[in-house]
Amino acid sequence: MGEPFSIRKYLRPIPLPFCPGCGGLTVMSEFLRAIHESGHENLSKFVFCSGIGCSSWIPSPHFIADSVHTLHGRSIPVATGIKLLRPDLNVVVFGGDGDIVGIGLSHFIHAARRNIDILVIMVNNMIYGMTGGQVAPTTPFKTKTTTTPYGSFEHPLDAARLAVTAGASYVARWTTAHPNELKKSMKSAIEMKGFRFIEAVSQCPTAFGRRVGFKDAREMLKWFKENAVQIEQAKKLSEEDLAEKIVVGEFVQKQRPTLVETIYNVIGEAQKNIEKS
Amino acid sequence: MKKFLEANTYFWQGNGACAEAALAAGCRFFAGYPITPANEIAEYLSKRLPQVGGIAIQMEDELASIGAVVGASWTGNKAMTATSGPGFDLMQETIGWAFMTETPCVIVDVQRAGPSTGQATKCGQGDVMQSRWGTHGDYSAIALSPNSVQEMFELTIKAFNLAEKYRTPVVLLADEVIAHMRERIILPSQESIEIINRRKPKPNEKAFFGLEEVPPMPSVGEGFNAAVTGSTHNEYGIRFTADPTVHKQLVERLNSKIQNHAEEIADMETYNTDDCQIGIVSFGCTSRAIYEAVENAEAKGIKTGYIRLKTIWPFPEKAIKQLAETAKKIIVPEMNLRQIFYEVQRVASRFTEVVPLNKIGGGELITPEELFRKIQESVKNG
Repeated sequence: MGEPFSIRKYLRPIPLPFCPGCGGLTVMSEFLRAIHESGHENLSKFVFCSGIGCSSWIPSPHFIADSVHTLHGRSIPVATGIKLLRPDLNVVVFGGDGDIVGIGLSHFIHAARRNIDILVIMVNNMIYGMTGGQVAPTTPFKTKTTTTPYGSFEHPLDAARLAVTAGASYVARWTTAHPNELKKSMKSAIEMKGFRFIEAVSQCPTAFGRRVGFKDAREMLKWFKENAVQIEQAKKLSEEDLAEKIVVGEFVQKQRPTLVETIYNVIGEAQKNIEKS
Repeated sequence: MKKFLEANTYFWQGNGACAEAALAAGCRFFAGYPITPANEIAEYLSKRLPQVGGIAIQMEDELASIGAVVGASWTGNKAMTATSGPGFDLMQETIGWAFMTETPCVIVDVQRAGPSTGQATKCGQGDVMQSRWGTHGDYSAIALSPNSVQEMFELTIKAFNLAEKYRTPVVLLADEVIAHMRERIILPSQESIEIINRRKPKPNEKAFFGLEEVPPMPSVGEGFNAAVTGSTHNEYGIRFTADPTVHKQLVERLNSKIQNHAEEIADMETYNTDDCQIGIVSFGCTSRAIYEAVENAEAKGIKTGYIRLKTIWPFPEKAIKQLAETAKKIIVPEMNLRQIFYEVQRVASRFTEVVPLNKIGGGELITPEELFRKIQESVKNG
């Protein structure tokens, strides 16, 4: 082992914008810990893309790295363009649930289908936090938010299961109450090819917890811990049993041809043919 | 077969000429979504780009297409997309992001008859203002208007050069007629084509978003630790979303870096502009009617001159003003309901009368006969 872990090594010396108790900080520090444990002394082999939302500010501009802060929902296409032309770089997307599976959902599904070699880390706080706590596609049924004052009348989306169905190479979900597991999954995902998706269920005490009756971030973490069900165990339970639960664990880990591989095969063939003709 | 086609005379379609020009200009990435009447550009590049080591990919929609193009540009490569009105609508937010992040890229808009789905296979010139004001906020745009297959080639190369020189998105505002017609094109040799590439920063440079009018642009993966954002940022790319001075400086520079060079960017074909009774200001497919109409007018003894705009934005005010000081009337023929007309009026109305000639529907062009009649009418009405 090299030097001990120091988060400051990877961060610009400017103030962080997160509220007290924000789960985004756990995701940030576990990611950088995973980077450190993977042997990266700096982020020079990485490019970070993010969209609009609190968690998009995890890399931008705080990481001492190339960080491309895109529009709401469009980080995955931008990351796709970068990865296709710089396949040697590790392209990592940070985004919230609204960004990745709300406004940007179509890109998420197609990126998994293409198996484009990027890692998407979705910080799921189940709410639109930055804009003041509006209902999200991930908000639990009947939750009171600023735009569902009578409780949400919609059912939430399961992003991890969707990623599996769409063809992702690696899918894991943890909560911020599982920092060690989260870090391990990040380490595995960093070292893999293809489309990788990690969902980090995260507390937003300001725009979610406060309004649904949690006193502070600690109470929310307790809620995550008590309601988390390991995926092996979840397989034995019925839909009704799992309705209020958070299924955590590694959902899939597989190898299939990635977009970088298939597209560069095409380029190779086309160039061979043109030389022959 | 070589990477580039030999200098020769060919018989080509406009969209094909645009695609081949992109390769000649150094474009190595295309992302698009199917839409009439721009499809041939995507089809042509899907075959040709891999042959030169580039990438063409069909994305899930226009938002993804332009997003991938902007991402590709930040790797130091030249990138392009091609679309038509409805797709151009969907791209606008990301085009604004490209303006704000000063990302060179080329957007080809093959205009069809709008609004909305309109007449998908029919020609129109209704996106003139969209190419200037399509995204929100204050910015200055560059848009080029080809009127032949030859110019589809030449102006595509120019679009890439301007994008790289000024670090900005550039719109090639083509139209269905020019994109789909086939005619003779004289292809120059690759060596004779002037290619401009973006200025790269020196190893220790850090100000990629200010200090200079057009700052140097790093690529990702080169160790510059570039912080790129569409939010208001200082010269180092750090967000300042509440500071009035930082915002004012950034937005004013984004405008002035184009507007200060409007005359240098302006490109047009002119005829008799300093000695004419009737002046014509035209662009794109419509401008193909001016040659015969002017010939007919001159045969009747009417001194006629014209400005054919190759660059629509920034609007070439100086040239229009000169024409207005000479001509008794200026006719503005266009296949929309007065988009360039009001621009000409804005500049020329202090000096002369500006007369519209508009035609929309069914993709029917303004004929030389119709323009000639308008010239005669204008003389008669005095």
